[in-house]
Amino acid sequence: MLTLKALTKRYKTGDLALDSVDLEVARGQVVALIGPSGAGKSTMIRCINRLVEPSSGDVELDGEVITRLGAGGLRRARRRMGMIFQEYALVERLSVMENVLSGRLGYVGFWQSWFRRFPGTDIAEAYRLLQRVGLEDHYDKRADELSGGQRQRVGIARALIQDPALLLVDEPTASLDPKTSRQIMRLICELCAERELAAIINIHDVALAQLFVGRIVGLKSGRIVYDGPPDGLTPEVLTTIYGEEDWTLAKPGLSGGDTGGGSGEDERVAGAL
Amino acid sequence: MPVTGEKGWQRRTTPVQLAVWFGWLLGVALFVWCWQTISAATTWFFVTDSPRVIADIGGRMFPPAWSYLDKLWQPMWDTINIATLGTLMAMFMAVPVAFMAARNTTPNAYVIRPLALLIIVSSRSINSLIWALLLVAIMGPGVLAGIFAISLRSIGFIAKLLYEAIEEIDHTQVEAIETTGAGRAQVMAWGIVPQIMPAFAGIMVFRWDINIRESTVLGLVGAGGIGLQLQSSLNVLAWPQVTVILVLIIATVLFSEWVSARVRHAII
Amino acid sequence: MTATAAMPELRPWRGRPVIADPRVRWGLGIGFALYLAAAIGTIDVNWQRVWEGLDRGWAFLAAFGEPDFISRWRDISEGLIESLTMTVVSTALGIALSVPVALGAARNLAPLPVYLFCRGIITLSRSFQEVIVAILFVAMFGFGPFAGMLTLSFATIGFLAKLLAEDIEDIDRSQAEAIQATGGSWLQWLNYGIQPQVMPRLIGLSLYRLDINFRESAVVGIVGAGGIGATLNTAFDRYEFDTAAAILIIIIAIVMVAEYASGLIRQRVQ
Repeated sequence: MLTLKALTKRYKTGDLALDSVDLEVARGQVVALIGPSGAGKSTMIRCINRLVEPSSGDVELDGEVITRLGAGGLRRARRRMGMIFQEYALVERLSVMENVLSGRLGYVGFWQSWFRRFPGTDIAEAYRLLQRVGLEDHYDKRADELSGGQRQRVGIARALIQDPALLLVDEPTASLDPKTSRQIMRLICELCAERELAAIINIHDVALAQLFVGRIVGLKSGRIVYDGPPDGLTPEVLTTIYGEEDWTLAKPGLSGGDTGGGSGEDERVAGAL
Repeated sequence: MPVTGEKGWQRRTTPVQLAVWFGWLLGVALFVWCWQTISAATTWFFVTDSPRVIADIGGRMFPPAWSYLDKLWQPMWDTINIATLGTLMAMFMAVPVAFMAARNTTPNAYVIRPLALLIIVSSRSINSLIWALLLVAIMGPGVLAGIFAISLRSIGFIAKLLYEAIEEIDHTQVEAIETTGAGRAQVMAWGIVPQIMPAFAGIMVFRWDINIRESTVLGLVGAGGIGLQLQSSLNVLAWPQVTVILVLIIATVLFSEWVSARVRHAII
Repeated sequence: MTATAAMPELRPWRGRPVIADPRVRWGLGIGFALYLAAAIGTIDVNWQRVWEGLDRGWAFLAAFGEPDFISRWRDISEGLIESLTMTVVSTALGIALSVPVALGAARNLAPLPVYLFCRGIITLSRSFQEVIVAILFVAMFGFGPFAGMLTLSFATIGFLAKLLAEDIEDIDRSQAEAIQATGGSWLQWLNYGIQPQVMPRLIGLSLYRLDINFRESAVVGIVGAGGIGATLNTAFDRYEFDTAAAILIIIIAIVMVAEYASGLIRQRVQ
């Protein structure tokens, strides 16, 4: 469904952030993108919806070449790609409801959105989504009154109300505590399963990625160096991605200290449900 | 007890110290030269005579002619209107200029942005009294000239603070709106406007407060408001009336300061 | 679960107004509209005079195309030098006077009587537009740049002392306490505990005020307190728009240079 062909990005500073990346993501497939800081994870996600303009190569979504679209076509294409941000990126001075409804901006006209006159179906859908992410009582609060985890749930609702085919998720848990991180990751994966959404989740925490996601892509210096199941992340592979380190200490089974021992199994089961 | 080999400490190294002293020397020399220039243009007799004059004026200012207050309400109403309408008018012109001047929203960084910055600096460099002088020469005396003078001066002020606020917004919030497929106008209305709204309201109230003060003098050059009464009272040396005018101005300024503080408090 | 899932359709949503109470919202809105109507209604405009003035407006704009620096250059240069010297002296004097006033107007440093006295000075200085102060000083000290210099110094106190006092009130107490704990004297405490914290801001504000003082020095001349304002006033009175344009261009240029320079200095300080 999503295809990247020789996608390359070189910034004006001369840094090569993406070096001819090829990737294929099927409908409903969730991919975790791992790699050290500066490997190009963020750039890759932003090149897909062209928040960052790629230097060369193509992005194809359902046969449409995103990289060749004009401004209007790009706006229509962006409606099919929901994005979830690291620092939530809610418009902080707007209410929770307004933030969720802002996901419909691509579908309504300017004055309609200016006077907050969204179609009844959109509003009903917004309430349903808020209920789904567990925030139905908070719809009238201002976004900056919420906790980090709550804000990220609003961010998820905003991405989903776009009715996307693909979710682009940029470090969803980097600003959250370990417990909330798991809840958010589980929510995203559940929602993808419910709605048959493809997703690319850019994530720092390898253990968390292994726990919830079926396909892992490792990025290093703008190139894909690993693409496979979570079990395939051997210490050798991790060394190619991140560099030399005692990786046996980082394996989920062995790092019981911070994940709470045997509960890792329960999480995996819960995530699959 | 100086011991050889023990390390001394001084705040700056010697060359830096010398440069600092040289800087001070230049500063003091400049000050002295400026002072001499002013001194040469001053009639010192008036200055040495000033204690007597001050005592004289002070004596004449009291008791204030409170009955004169009746004639001041209309000019005071004009003064407040000049400030309010001038600020509102400036708002409509300053907002587009600010969006053109901010690096992240300007439609064109090489032609339109410098042009917007030139508008801002020209408007800011010229005091509203000078604008009034000019406008009275062009469109004749009256409140309208005052309103235009206030708004011409305020455009630069409002636009400058506003474009700085626009440049400081959180870009990811704008990106988030862009990714929903929103159009340009929608990105502005949903991603940028909510972020700058508190700053914008604060700037407007702040400028209104300043404009109340500025509009009290516009009458001196014929641009309406209470300055006209001040001018005529001074011309006939009616010091008791001057006292009343000054008291009224202080009261109005304190009132406007209180209003703007309340409004700013309510916004934040 | 299924019951609540049907609920949302019943709840309409219409955005959240800025002011929650509808009575207050409508009251403020209507009140403001009435005020605007009254204010606009009482403007007395002589449209014919405005119409006739349009030509002069064009003439003035055209004068910017060919400003005349030459024919009144003597007046212009004298006025400029007066303005600039007034700016320098009044800023220096103003800073020297505002520091003690600021210390007195900071609630965390000064006892109540001193605090009220210094706040009084600040309020007085801020309430009056520079030109009004200039009129009074001209009456007291005679025409010329001396009165203008005093005016600008007085205005500088209100501006600088207020902002500096607020900055002193916001300082980090623990740093000041640490110096107090060393047993230093009051002046040493000011020098080591307070001064380093407020110095960058004082420098920034002083530069900003230098800029303002120059701009204000161009207007106090209108009431006889020296500077370029007198030249400008004469030019307007004689409808010599080309000379006026020249003066305005010079003022704008100097302000631009000053702003650029103070931006550089502020970067160095921080």
